[in-house]
Amino acid sequence: MITLDAKIPDGPLEKKWSRHKKEMKLVAPNNRRKYEIIIVGTGLAGGAAAASMAEMGYKVKSFCIQDSARRAHSIAAQGGINAAKNYPNDGDSVWRLFYDTIKGGDYRSREANVYRLAEVSNNIIDQAVAQGVPFAREYSGLLANRSFGGAQVSRTFYARGQTGQQLLLGAYQAMMRQVELGRIEYYTRHEMFEVVLIDGKARGIITRDLVTGEICQHEADAVILATGGYGNVFYLSTNAKNSNVTAAWRAHKKGALFANPSFVQVHPTCIPVSGDYQSKLTLMSESLRNDGRVWVPRKKGDDRHPNDIPEDERLYYLEEKYPSFGNLVPRDVASRNAKLVCDRGLGIGGTGLAVYLDFRDAIAHDGKDVISAKYGNLFDMYANIAGEDPYTRPMRIFPAVHYTMGGLWVDYNLMTNIPGLFAAGEANFSDHGANRLGASALMQGLSDGYFVLPSTIGNYLADLKPDTRYGTDHEAFDIAAKKAQETIDRLLNINGKRTIIDFHRTLGRIVWDKIGISRTKEGLKEAIADIRSLRDEFWTNVYVPGEKNNYNKYLEFAGRVADFFELAELMAMDALNRNESCGCHLREEFQTEEGEAIRNDKDYSYVSAWEFKNRNGVLEEALHKEELNFEFVELKQRSYK
Amino acid sequence: MSTNMTIYLRYWRQSGPKAKGYFEDRTLSTVNEHMSFLEMLDVLNEELQLEGKEPVEFDYDCREGICGSCNLVINGQAHGPKKGTACCQLHMRNYSDGDHITIEPPRASAFPVIKDLVVDRSAFDRIIEAGGYVSVKTGSAQDANAIPIQKNDADLAFDYAACIGCGACVAACPNASASLFTSAKISHLSHLPQGNVERSNRVLAMVEQMEGEGFGDCSNFGECEAVCPKEISIAAIADMRRDYARAVIQG
Ligand SMILES: Cc1cc2nc3c(=O)[nH]c(=O)nc-3n(C[C@H](O)[C@H](O)[C@H](O)COP(=O)(O)OP(=O)(O)OC[C@H]3O[C@@H](n4cnc5c(N)ncnc54)[C@H](O)[C@@H]3O)c2cc1C
Ligand code: SF4
Ligand code: FES
Repeated sequence: MITLDAKIPDGPLEKKWSRHKKEMKLVAPNNRRKYEIIIVGTGLAGGAAAASMAEMGYKVKSFCIQDSARRAHSIAAQGGINAAKNYPNDGDSVWRLFYDTIKGGDYRSREANVYRLAEVSNNIIDQAVAQGVPFAREYSGLLANRSFGGAQVSRTFYARGQTGQQLLLGAYQAMMRQVELGRIEYYTRHEMFEVVLIDGKARGIITRDLVTGEICQHEADAVILATGGYGNVFYLSTNAKNSNVTAAWRAHKKGALFANPSFVQVHPTCIPVSGDYQSKLTLMSESLRNDGRVWVPRKKGDDRHPNDIPEDERLYYLEEKYPSFGNLVPRDVASRNAKLVCDRGLGIGGTGLAVYLDFRDAIAHDGKDVISAKYGNLFDMYANIAGEDPYTRPMRIFPAVHYTMGGLWVDYNLMTNIPGLFAAGEANFSDHGANRLGASALMQGLSDGYFVLPSTIGNYLADLKPDTRYGTDHEAFDIAAKKAQETIDRLLNINGKRTIIDFHRTLGRIVWDKIGISRTKEGLKEAIADIRSLRDEFWTNVYVPGEKNNYNKYLEFAGRVADFFELAELMAMDALNRNESCGCHLREEFQTEEGEAIRNDKDYSYVSAWEFKNRNGVLEEALHKEELNFEFVELKQRSYK
Repeated sequence: MSTNMTIYLRYWRQSGPKAKGYFEDRTLSTVNEHMSFLEMLDVLNEELQLEGKEPVEFDYDCREGICGSCNLVINGQAHGPKKGTACCQLHMRNYSDGDHITIEPPRASAFPVIKDLVVDRSAFDRIIEAGGYVSVKTGSAQDANAIPIQKNDADLAFDYAACIGCGACVAACPNASASLFTSAKISHLSHLPQGNVERSNRVLAMVEQMEGEGFGDCSNFGECEAVCPKEISIAAIADMRRDYARAVIQG
């Protein structure tokens, strides 16, 4: 029987983390080198954790898929990172950052976790600056801030449009210093396939060396998964091409609970799809909505040049529907309304799946120079990809999958329900509830990696005797390695007629149409049926090329797509279970006449944590509920009218 | 809206690090101007697989010009014809119907081929490992605003920090030198007070590592700067040499 204990410390909100730190068990410095820790993933969460723990004296083994730790998907984050520094003196505080994050998540996250996140946010900025992260500065020489969606204060630190890159390079460099000191064994181009459990505890992992194809066994005293989000289940997303759910999913299949899988954030301003060959979607910063006006033609199929469509034939749907917030409604509301107008047949462009983001009025009002100074690089990026000049013709935009709030269930210590197995960063479900605010994922990844895990891991390890490993000749390693090899052999032997990408793209369409921006009971049931039949076809008709003992990107994809198929079904089940609308999860049955979400706090104020049950190969999942108790904030309905 | 183009492709095939490589030719007739260069290769790979053939391996991840994974040499030019653009951000509208395109991996003895167009760039990691960091412990940092930094210095540091570690500079250099990559990191850190303290040790360690990895010397050809997708300035190399000379004298 699984009992869900979040292990939230007692006491007032502001004291929980400091008290917990005081009470946790410690591993003495001279004993730390006797413990080995496996960290899978080198993004902000994994990179920061590896650097910090190695420096504390633990022996760390670090793994990533890319050819260098520096290339983890975190590198692509653009906008910035939040912290409650209150440097601009506009009334910010740890409490306010906490409150905005809880409210932004539509009251579906834990108060204690979110408060800790806000609390350590300031240390992250100090740490990054000390590492040489070149944040934007004012002429005074002090750090600059900007504001971001969902907040009334200016608390976002940034490094041009490349904040993720600079923060990740900071963590990567700190990590490479430890590699040089011999405290980190560094494995690139390795993919984790299985967690190895002995006596119910996480004791190691099985990986595939992506260059030689060798299946490798690695032992440790604890395993941390910092393997990122699963947005690529949609095939098209803003995630990097190697982002996947495999590590988390295989851990789930070994007993780790998966929480809130249906909470997926769709970003409203991305460059739309241009054709079937499209391989990923590119995000355009949401800051564009400060000056751009969103519209579609009022008349269906109006294919005139947008500049020839007169004012009274344009539908500025956000401004009409939300007079006080207008084009600046939160991400989920903007995305949902773009879909609604396209569903009504008013979408533009060849596919009908796009809306205009128009700068004509802003340019007329402020001048081209002012607009160019604000958004020049974004306009250039758009022109390069879309082949159109946004200064003279409105941009075409459409929502795209961007971030996954769901992930492995963890307690306050970031440990899953499997002892010794931890999850950090986007891979866990911990801090963002049903919707994440901009600039808070970087904050969470670094908070987990630099400040939370290095403390909480000691509390776990202190109960294990040092130097008491079983050796990889323990049968648990053999069994897990065999399983990994069998999956590979099975995939290579199908020899079917449809390509992996074809299956993935088709799966992505089902998930986007039915488990995307808005969901219905019928649609979700259809999704489950569609996913199952496509999954059956995958296992009999997919063509996986190449050899197992060589570099083989498509073999990698095949394994990941197989896992996405199972995750997709769980996402539908989760969305079906949640008979309410909250944050990014909109069930059409639960909305007001104007299309606003109706949350049901009485029945659904819980985290859904799913347990994998395999009955003769059929996917079955059991639901466990972690009730959310709000002691410190009052639950309110969001309104942006 | 857009019509299909025909592109005559020639790409490098090599089944493994020790195998002998060769060029393979193939005509693609469904190339669309909106495709990115890598999407064209995806289409090529779909066609190959439907014929039961092995796809061509090439490296990529973000497809947004920031992770530095992609590193194709296109018609002899690292990252292709568009200035300041990684090849994943290159679009087929830069080509015309009937064009011939040759695609090779970056050629350098320090970047051995793994398969087809994929190479081993771990030498770059080892250069950073040698000293491309500030030695600061987690949790021991002072307040972020304790040391003001002139905006100009911070901006300049950023210009160098923008390097994505793709290795195009090595591919373009007739000597296969890694000087632009190495000096970009040195300049990033030495323009900031936090990084300035370890300046001498850093330059000695990183330059020695670079030389030990088998990269060539810099003879000021300037090809690196011309192909760099982040337009890193070659001024960094001059700074690195000056710092190195000074550090050697100081002993
Ligand atoms: C385009 C874009 C812009 C964004 N902008 C912002 C922003 O401005 N501010 C903000 O706060 N957030 C932003 N985000 C979100 C944020 O970037 C991510 O949520 C965050 O970086 C995730 O970090 P991570 O460390 O959890 O995982 P990742 O950075 O995704 O790293 C995952 C790591 O795990 C490894 N891995 C995965 N699976 C395996 C496996 N099976 N075996 C071995 N290794 C594995 C990978 O190789 C990689 O090293 C943005 C996201 C996108 C897509
Ligand atoms: S200096 Fe430029 S070309 Fe060289 S690795 Fe860095 S980004 Fe690539
Ligand atoms: S694929 Fe990331 S830079 Fe090209």
